Amino acid sequence: MSSYLESTARERLARLFDAGSFQEFLPPSSRIVSPHLGQLNAPVAFDDGVAVGRALLDNRPVFVAAQEGGFMGGAVGEVHGAKLVGMLRRAILKAPDAVVLLLETGGVRLHEANAGLIAVSEVMRAVLDVRAAGIPVIALVGGANGCFGGMGIVARCTNAVIMSEEGRLAMSGPEVIETASGVEEFDARDRALVWRTTGGKHRYLLGDCQALVADSIDDFRAAAIAQLETTISPALTLDALEQEQALLAARLENFGHVREPYDLWRTLGVPDPEALPLLEAEAFVALVDSHRLGAR
Amino acid sequence: MEHLHYSFTGGTRLLDRQADVVGVVGSGNLEVLIESVAQDGACSIDIDTAAVGFGAIWQAVMVDFHARWQLADARIAINDMGATPAVVSLRLDQAVETMLKGQP
Repeated sequence: MSSYLESTARERLARLFDAGSFQEFLPPSSRIVSPHLGQLNAPVAFDDGVAVGRALLDNRPVFVAAQEGGFMGGAVGEVHGAKLVGMLRRAILKAPDAVVLLLETGGVRLHEANAGLIAVSEVMRAVLDVRAAGIPVIALVGGANGCFGGMGIVARCTNAVIMSEEGRLAMSGPEVIETASGVEEFDARDRALVWRTTGGKHRYLLGDCQALVADSIDDFRAAAIAQLETTISPALTLDALEQEQALLAARLENFGHVREPYDLWRTLGVPDPEALPLLEAEAFVALVDSHRLGAR
Repeated sequence: MEHLHYSFTGGTRLLDRQADVVGVVGSGNLEVLIESVAQDGACSIDIDTAAVGFGAIWQAVMVDFHARWQLADARIAINDMGATPAVVSLRLDQAVETMLKGQP
């Protein structure tokens, strides 16, 4: 078993998809690097921190992207974003069975913030265009940097999110919240608190992710294949969006005042919430499946 | 940032594959892009490093590298973020081994 968390983006691509099937668009040898970082005298990466291309998943053609968390926290710059958008738009032309996004990112790259913000909004639009074309988009979140900022929103624009407990998914990261609102609001150094508010288990209980797996590339692969095989729902219709809006509004109404995830889990009827962080993924899913909020 | 360039001749070992990249541009780490390119038998190495002023150490590490592998018609490009000499040597070895074993 190889750890998803510990692997690089390229190792994940090599092991998660069928052996040898990944074909990269704009590989590192094309040297399409950030035009901004050099001006700031900062190091560049030959792939600008993301690999995009096509691959086979259980013999089915998919388009894929993998963000490298090791390079600037997987942050989205102009080229990085353009590669994601280009891959997504090409997917609409080529109609693969799905698009699989291996997200690991702190959000927009602050060195090129304006270009990055525009890029992230273009990625959102492109993801929705792919879905509107009837092609499901699956997001995998299990890297050490989690999935934050605008890319956290991108993850929730997809059909399905697969996470590990170690993966984290949110808008503002813990340190951003602490900086903006004070340590009384959120203690970013309290790692247990960070994980029970943004980690995979909490997201699974809230219905923000559709599958929770152990930190293993094989398990992520199996879960991605399972998502390919199930009917991908919901369709991108006004009705479905309104249903989700209602679900989110109810969530805010019911839990907006809750300060501590343990209390939220208790309210959901989960027995012994304090024990949840210690459970292995499989045992956790078995225990909480009947209590989690309606997955969208 | 500092740019360094080295070129070695006299190598005989050709790479089996076209191009690959190993490593990540993260703190204390580097990426090595290695390509099989006809250049009159030379092995060229271009380095962009965030750690300025370590040219003499880079030179020693590169000379060692060429002595170990004797590459011919190889183009190597490095983006470095302060990797130690040992890490640089290991990444270079990893890059060459990846290109010789024919692994993706």
